[in-house]
Amino acid sequence: MGVTEHISKQFETDLDTTRTRVLQMGGLIEAQITAAIQAFVSGDAELIEQVIQNDARVNGYEVAIDGACSQLLVRRQPAASDLRLIMAISKIVTDLERMGDEAKKIARMAKRIHEHSKQHAQRFPAIRHASETAIKMLRQALDSFARLDAVNAAEVLKEDSDIDTEFKSVLRQLITYMMEDPRTITAALETVWVAKAVERIGDHAKNVAEQVIYIVRGTDVRHTSFADIERELARE
Amino acid sequence: MAAISLAPTFDTRPLDSKSAVPKAEARKLNFFYGSFRALKDLDLTVHENCVTALIGPSGCGKSTFLRCFNRMHDLYPGNRYECEIRLFPDDTNLLAPGVDPIEVRMRLSMVFQKPNPFPKSIFENVAYGLRVRGERSRRALEDKVEDALRGAALWDEVKNRLQDLAFNLSGGQQQRLCIARALATDPEILLFDEPTSALDPIATASIEELITDLKKKVTILIVTHNMQQAARVSDFTAYMYLGELIEFGLTDQLFIKPKNKQTEDYITGRFG
Repeated sequence: MGVTEHISKQFETDLDTTRTRVLQMGGLIEAQITAAIQAFVSGDAELIEQVIQNDARVNGYEVAIDGACSQLLVRRQPAASDLRLIMAISKIVTDLERMGDEAKKIARMAKRIHEHSKQHAQRFPAIRHASETAIKMLRQALDSFARLDAVNAAEVLKEDSDIDTEFKSVLRQLITYMMEDPRTITAALETVWVAKAVERIGDHAKNVAEQVIYIVRGTDVRHTSFADIERELARE
Repeated sequence: MAAISLAPTFDTRPLDSKSAVPKAEARKLNFFYGSFRALKDLDLTVHENCVTALIGPSGCGKSTFLRCFNRMHDLYPGNRYECEIRLFPDDTNLLAPGVDPIEVRMRLSMVFQKPNPFPKSIFENVAYGLRVRGERSRRALEDKVEDALRGAALWDEVKNRLQDLAFNLSGGQQQRLCIARALATDPEILLFDEPTSALDPIATASIEELITDLKKKVTILIVTHNMQQAARVSDFTAYMYLGELIEFGLTDQLFIKPKNKQTEDYITGRFG
């Protein structure tokens, strides 16, 4: 983390490579989510298929990065910030992989929804909006990971509550539709799954941001209120 | 309905520096090899029944510091201590000119890097300190030697050949014999100066196991070059550099979240 480099150049290189791979994986996830939401809106069958196919690449990244972490632990017995970085990476990739699963889930739901009714998905700008927030959160979490910026990471935590609010509003809208016209129930329920998937992506982005704070500050901020986290970050 | 405790049930090492009892305390300790000031205003508390590890690069003064505790430096002319090391509960200053270094060494025993048994039998090696102390009774000597050898986890291996020459033992056994020799005089503190650097991984593991076991009875101060060893065996760790104490704290904290940048650089291998 610091300005000084490791005496072992190989260790330095291995850590850098692993860090870069996490960012590459993050980039892939971002693309997967964007494509999945686009497919949900447009019903583009080719795009849907592409998202589903790409999930194997996401899984490949997870396994490879976790393997690299085990190797770093056994070979280098890292301590302090190096140890925190490796522990955090191992957790971050799990969250990224789950975000990938959510993207795949959205693509699958998009397929079914468009088989039922072509117009339905477009009625939910709130989902699109929530997904934009989720993608922004992910991007910011990855940014703060790349720059090891705890303050930037803390902002991600704040945004998670926006997504939760939007999820609730989507739910309310869907309930109204279902009451008005019971024929929409099947499609509406599937849309709930999409909204839920977006909400979960926000949660995972938040977890990534929490790990960044752990790497930088050495403080475990999981299950901590935002006010406490802000107080912790203010302490220098 | 009764409340269910969600606290983790595994051992999270509740040890902290507040609940631990001080056994020895260096206060503004300075040490000079002639005109060279090897230790600079060192303040450090060693806690009772805990293992304290001293780490740092070569030449940082960790061995010099350890040797102050049993007055080893007295053996060479030109060496000079300044200020004090207090030993509790009696609050004696170990470095006071009126304090007999032989008496100090009975209370604080040293185990060295390389096993250095005397060219005598296994029995005589352990009995040596007791004889120096004036113990003459054969019966008492035998009991003490057995206790010390058991304490050093060596008894079962040597009980049938106590009259063999100590040099016939393996390296790991010789080191445990030296620990038994150190234990024979019932010391309050055991000082280890890189006790496993000449041993293979198995012998090292058995010495580390022994250290963890011994701390129930004695307080331990250990100098080690092996940071993983410090992390494995110690409760507290002190990082020294150029004769100064840079950071002292609970081992778990120091190795996961050191407070000082210099400590961080050293334990992550960025030192240079």
